[in-house]
Amino acid sequence: MSILTLPRATSGAVTMTRRAALLGLAGAMTFGRSRVALATPATEQRLVVVLLRGALDGLSAVQPYGDPALAGLRGDLAMPEPGKEGGLLDLGGFFGLHPSLSGMANLYKSGDLAIAHAIAGHYRDRSHFAAQDFLESGADHRLSSGWLNRVAALLPARPGKAPGVETALAVGNTVGLMLRGSAPVGAWLPQSFGKPDAGLYQALARLHATDPVTGIAVSEGLKERGFTAGVLNGSEPQQDRFSFPSLAAAVGKLLASADGPRIAAMEMFGWDTHNAQLARLPGVLTQLDRGITALRENTGASWSRTAVLVLTEFGRTAAINGTKGTDHGTGTVAFLAGGAVAGGRVITDWPGLGTGKLFENRDLMPTADLRSFIKGVLAAHYRFDGARLAGIFPDSADARPTSGLLRT
Amino acid sequence: MEARTAHALIRFGLGPRPADPRPADPRAWLAGQLDGPDPALALAGHGGVDGLIAIREERAQAGQDVKVRDRRRPMREIFQADTAANIEHLISTETPFRERLVWFWANHFTVSVRKRTCMGLVNAQIREAIRPHVTRRFADMLRAVMRHPAMLNYLDNDGSFGPDSPAGMRTKRGLNENLARECLELHTVTPASGYTQTDVTAFARVITGWSTNADAPAPGFMFRANAHQPGSKTVMGRSFPAGEQGGLDALEFLAAHPATTRHLAFKLARHFIADIPPPDAVARIESALISSKGDLKAAALAILDDPKAWQPLTKLRSPFDYTVAVVRALDLPPTNRPDIPGIMAALGQPIHNCPGPNGWPDTAADWAGPEAMMRRLDWSYAVSGRVPGQSPLSVADTSLGPLLPAATRSEIARAGSQREAMTLLLASPEFQRR
Repeated sequence: MSILTLPRATSGAVTMTRRAALLGLAGAMTFGRSRVALATPATEQRLVVVLLRGALDGLSAVQPYGDPALAGLRGDLAMPEPGKEGGLLDLGGFFGLHPSLSGMANLYKSGDLAIAHAIAGHYRDRSHFAAQDFLESGADHRLSSGWLNRVAALLPARPGKAPGVETALAVGNTVGLMLRGSAPVGAWLPQSFGKPDAGLYQALARLHATDPVTGIAVSEGLKERGFTAGVLNGSEPQQDRFSFPSLAAAVGKLLASADGPRIAAMEMFGWDTHNAQLARLPGVLTQLDRGITALRENTGASWSRTAVLVLTEFGRTAAINGTKGTDHGTGTVAFLAGGAVAGGRVITDWPGLGTGKLFENRDLMPTADLRSFIKGVLAAHYRFDGARLAGIFPDSADARPTSGLLRT
Repeated sequence: MEARTAHALIRFGLGPRPADPRPADPRAWLAGQLDGPDPALALAGHGGVDGLIAIREERAQAGQDVKVRDRRRPMREIFQADTAANIEHLISTETPFRERLVWFWANHFTVSVRKRTCMGLVNAQIREAIRPHVTRRFADMLRAVMRHPAMLNYLDNDGSFGPDSPAGMRTKRGLNENLARECLELHTVTPASGYTQTDVTAFARVITGWSTNADAPAPGFMFRANAHQPGSKTVMGRSFPAGEQGGLDALEFLAAHPATTRHLAFKLARHFIADIPPPDAVARIESALISSKGDLKAAALAILDDPKAWQPLTKLRSPFDYTVAVVRALDLPPTNRPDIPGIMAALGQPIHNCPGPNGWPDTAADWAGPEAMMRRLDWSYAVSGRVPGQSPLSVADTSLGPLLPAATRSEIARAGSQREAMTLLLASPEFQRR
C-alpha cells in the first residue's frame, strides 16, 4: 500500500503488521512510549483523540496569569508573564500558553486551536485509574466499551464491506478502553520493548535503591542508558524523547490517505508531576506540541476536516506542594485543534482562583463538563443528533453539547 | 494470603496465578506434588526416536538437490512444538514445585541446541529421562540421561570408539572423552573427589559403545559391542568389567559416591534456599540422600523441612523463572502472550540454549548485571501494555500478597496510569525474588 510510507522514528522502527495494512489500515502502532489505535469507517471527517494519562496540570499548560490569586498559590511554578524571558505565549491578555507549546500557539493564532479551561470529567474521583476508566467509558461507572468505539460503531461502513469488516484486527487488546467495544477496531502489539520514561525510571530506581543486589545494577544500568541523576529528577532534558511526534506524523499521513483510517486514539504518559514539575513538564509538553504540529503538517489538505481532541483525566492542585509539584486535582484544560475547529479562543466560564473559589478549597473549580465539549465536537463533526449522543454518553442529558466548536 | 503460603508459591513454585488455590498447609501442598507420576507425562510430546529420525531426514535432504528454502526442518519443528508445550505446562501446571524440580534437573543435565542436532532431542530427554525420575532414584535418572540420544549426541559419546575395539581398529577411530569428563565433573563426583585424567580416560573407555542405532526404523540407544573397548577398566580405584554392564556398574558407583551426594545437596540448597547455601541445610539434604539411598523425593522433602528454606526470599529469579512468573501473575491467555522464548532470550537466558554443559548459573550475581536488570525493567513496561484492564493492586495482591512491602505498594498506588503501576509491580525488587 503506497500510503504506508511512514517516517522513521528517532528511536525504534515504525512498525505495522502486514495483516493490519491488508485489513484496511485498521491497526495500531507503537512508537516508544506512545500508542495509537485506528479505525477505518467511510467518512471524510477525521477525528484524533489524544489521552494524556497521569493528569496534565492545566494551570501550567494554559496559565491564567491575569488571575490575581495565581502567584500566591503557585509560587515557583508560576511562569513569567508574556514578553519576559522564558515567558508565557499570550492568548489575549489573561491566559498564556506554556512556552514549550509554541507550535500550538501558532495554531491558536491561525484559528486552528481552541482551548477549554476549568473543565473536568463528570466524575470527582482523584484516582488516575478510576478517572481514566470513567473518561474513556464516557460514563460515571466502568463500562466494557469506550465512547470512541461507540462513535465508530455509528459511522457508515466502507462501501462494499460488511459493517466493521475492514476495521477488524483482533490481535490482543492493547487498544485503550476509549476505543474498545463492539465496533471492530485494530489493535497491534509491538514485540520490541517499549521504554519507560524518566519519571517511571526514577520511580523504579527509587524502589530498587536500597536493594543489596539489584540497587547498584539498576543505578548503573540507568547511567549507561544516559539517565543521569539530572535526567531522572527532571533538571536535564532526556535525549531522544520525540516518539510521540513521530507517531503523530505517521498518523497524520494515514489520516490523509484516501483509504486510510478516520479515527485515531493516541495516548501519552508522563504527566503525573508530583515533584520537580517545573523541570519535568517541558519535556512532555514539547512532545505534545511537536506531535500536534506533526499532525497539522502531515494531514495535508485533510486538515480542514480534522478535529484533534486532547484530554486528560483530571487536573492538579491549584497550590504548589512540598516537593515543587502538584497533586491530584479536578479542573484542567482540554485542547481542540484542527482545520475544522473554530479556534483562536479560550472557552471558559472562569471561576477564579481566589479564596472560596476553589473546588474543595484545593482544585480549580470545574465550570464545564468534558462530555459537553466532546459532544459538541461530535455533533458538529458527524451531525450526530441528540439520541446518538445519548447513546455515546449514557446518562448525560445534563451535559448539553457545547455549540460552535467547529467551523461547519 | 498467608505469608507462608505466598512464600511456598514463589520460592518453591513458579509464582501464583490469580485463580490458584491458596493452600492452608503449604508444606503438605508442596509435598503432595511429589506423589504419583509427573502429570506432564500424559501430554503429547516427541521422544528421542523422533529426534533421531529428524536428524536422519535433514541429513538426507542435505545430500539431495533440494533448494535450501524448500527443505523441511523437522528438527526445528520438533524443537518448537515441544518447547511450546513445555512452556504451556510451566504456565498452567498444578504442580509447580514438581516442575521446578524438573527444570532443576534438566539444567543439571544440560543439553543445548548450540549443538544443532540436539534440537529434536533436548525436550525428549526431559520427557524420557528427567520427568520419570524426579521423585525417584538419582541413579536411575543418571542412567537414563547417559543412555539418552540427546546426551549421547550432545557430548559426542555416540562417536566414541574403543581404540582397540573391532570397529575402532577397522575405522581407525578412537576415544571421545567428552561425556565421560562432564559426567564426572558436572553430573556426579566433581573435581572435589580428586579424580585424575587417568580416571577420565578409563571411564570414557567404560562407556565406549554407548551409542544410538541412528539408521534403525525406530532408532534409540544401542550398545555397540564392536565399538566397545575390550578388557576391564579401573575408575577411581574401582574395577569395572568389559561390556555394557561395566558402564551400568560405573554409573551406580558414581551415583552413590559421597562426593556426588555432597554435590547434589549443595546444588539443591543453592537453588532453593540461598546463593551461599547454609552448611546445615546442605548437610540435611545430604543425609536425606544417604539414608534414602539416593532418593530425590527424600531430598526434596528435606529442603521443605529446613527452616532456612522458609526465611525471607533472597534468591533472584532467573530470566526463565521471571518470565514464567510474570505470565502467570498476569494470567495471560494463549491469545495474548508475548513470544516467551524470545523474551527469555532477550533477558539473557534463551531456553535450551545454554553456552556449555555446565548449565545456567544459579546465583543473583550471575543475573543482576546492569544491562540485564534494565532489560527486565523495560520488559515489565512492555508487558504491562498488554493488560489494560487489569488492576495493578489486585495483581499485587494475588502475586505477592503479604510479601509486598508497604513502600512498594504505595509507589504502585501513586503511579500515573495502570500501565506505569503494573510496571512498578512487575519490575519491583520483590517481584524479582523467589
